[in-house]
Amino acid sequence: MRFWKSWVIATKDFSIFRNKKGIIYSIVILPLLLSIGLPLLISAEGLGKGGIPIAALPNLLNAFSFFFVILAASLTTVIASYSLVGEKIEKSIEPLLATPTTDEEILLGKSFAAFLPPIATIYFCLVIFMILIDKLTYNTLGYFYFPNWNLLIILLLVAPLSSILTVELGIILSSRVNDVRTAQQLGQLVIIPFFALYILGEIGFIPLNIHNLLIISAVLLVIDTILFFISTLTFRREEILIKWK
Amino acid sequence: MIDAENLTKKFDELTAVDNLTLHVEEGEVFGFLGPNGAGKTTAMRMLSCLISKTSGEVRIAGYDVSDDADSLKIRKIIGLLPENVGLYDDLSAYKNLDFYGKLYECAETQREKNIEHFLKMLGIWEKRDIIVGKFSKGMKQKLAIARALIHDPEILFLDEPTVNLDPESSKTVRDFILELKKEKKTIFLNTHNLYEAQKICDKIGIMNTKLMAIGTPRELEESIWGNKTLVHLELINDTILQALARLSLKYIVTDNNQLIIDVANPEKENPLIVEAIVRAGGHVQYVTELSPTLEDAYLKYVRETE
Repeated sequence: MRFWKSWVIATKDFSIFRNKKGIIYSIVILPLLLSIGLPLLISAEGLGKGGIPIAALPNLLNAFSFFFVILAASLTTVIASYSLVGEKIEKSIEPLLATPTTDEEILLGKSFAAFLPPIATIYFCLVIFMILIDKLTYNTLGYFYFPNWNLLIILLLVAPLSSILTVELGIILSSRVNDVRTAQQLGQLVIIPFFALYILGEIGFIPLNIHNLLIISAVLLVIDTILFFISTLTFRREEILIKWK
Repeated sequence: MIDAENLTKKFDELTAVDNLTLHVEEGEVFGFLGPNGAGKTTAMRMLSCLISKTSGEVRIAGYDVSDDADSLKIRKIIGLLPENVGLYDDLSAYKNLDFYGKLYECAETQREKNIEHFLKMLGIWEKRDIIVGKFSKGMKQKLAIARALIHDPEILFLDEPTVNLDPESSKTVRDFILELKKEKKTIFLNTHNLYEAQKICDKIGIMNTKLMAIGTPRELEESIWGNKTLVHLELINDTILQALARLSLKYIVTDNNQLIIDVANPEKENPLIVEAIVRAGGHVQYVTELSPTLEDAYLKYVRETE
């Protein structure tokens, strides 16, 4: 495996994304709005008397942090669809496969391309979110709530693993669909279980604490591994050229 | 350079390529002719390590296409122009070529030199920074050819290089292939265009799932029928036909007073034919030799399989 080849493929995709304003807007606007909007919501409600009870604040902030996991899964769908279905639409996959590059190197390059921009955006917006929340809650709590282990697990495990899950699903979907919009719509279904987890966390049924976040990460790791094997079976040059319609 | 022995590809029950055996020498331009669905693209994809073979042996420059390590070496020394150009519409012409140059492991200085060389040669150097989405079909085709050449490959696979191009662009592409021929590149060309095949190729294979015939354009033409002489008369009558029958010649009569006569030795027989016709009272307007065309050969071999 020559990682530099995968990186060449990924950077080519980044150049294409830069020319597609729609992609940039769709991966930047929503996380940015959430990173500013959620602290604004807390600010508008107020903390303590007549506002959000101090005791409920950690649970609420943990649930809000989980929003970024949903975003990681959702935004990756947008990119993965362009990266793979786009290649299919432009019929550029055949000359790409004709180069002295292995299927694994191409697959890894495509995965980098789909994974890195949304994750980078999420990380950037999470930093904004943390700063704003700390600024809002420091006087009430007497300490900086963020960064904490919850957020670090989200940042380093749950969000990347959910993003990888979407990449793998995107590869499998790409072998079945012919247009970017359908791939995106089908791919968005992946956020349903994450949204359910968010709701369950919000109502306290499955609190999104360190213990539960680690379990979620372990489950995601297992699913990612299974999907990885399925996607590598799907991404074979002969399959791509003959069966990807 | 390209050696295929009994190469076969089956997709479930369908046989796309059946026992194809061919040898293409270094510096030779080989043309593959055949109708749609004849298996030309499938054969080219097998030769360029894009899809696997069901059976048979293929060696490209001595490397085995079915060996993974060899397959990477083969892909390094070949350039491919697929039927669909497959360029990145959102990238400039330069960036398209630069991307492929990197994947073909071309050193930076060589890559820059090659990009400039081929874009200038194909007349699109001035448009190198324009995104390919704004290019015409002909310009895209030229760029795709430049892409196939970016790493200076020893062997070039071209699948329908002039399809859907206007006559002027077709000529540019054809002339370019002729330039490459002068540089002694080994070229494997799939085409429907008989004129193109005749003009460019040293050797032609006619294929319809099976390889029906192979040879130089001249050999293929001569393989379908021998010499024929066309005699145009003012009027054909029974006396003339009886005179020809006495010479034991096979002939056909066309509806515009023409006789097409099979001759074994034109130099010897043509004067006898003219003399016999004149003696029978015929007025000969002109006599010409008829040569079979590549089209005649193509149609004959393709129809044999239908």
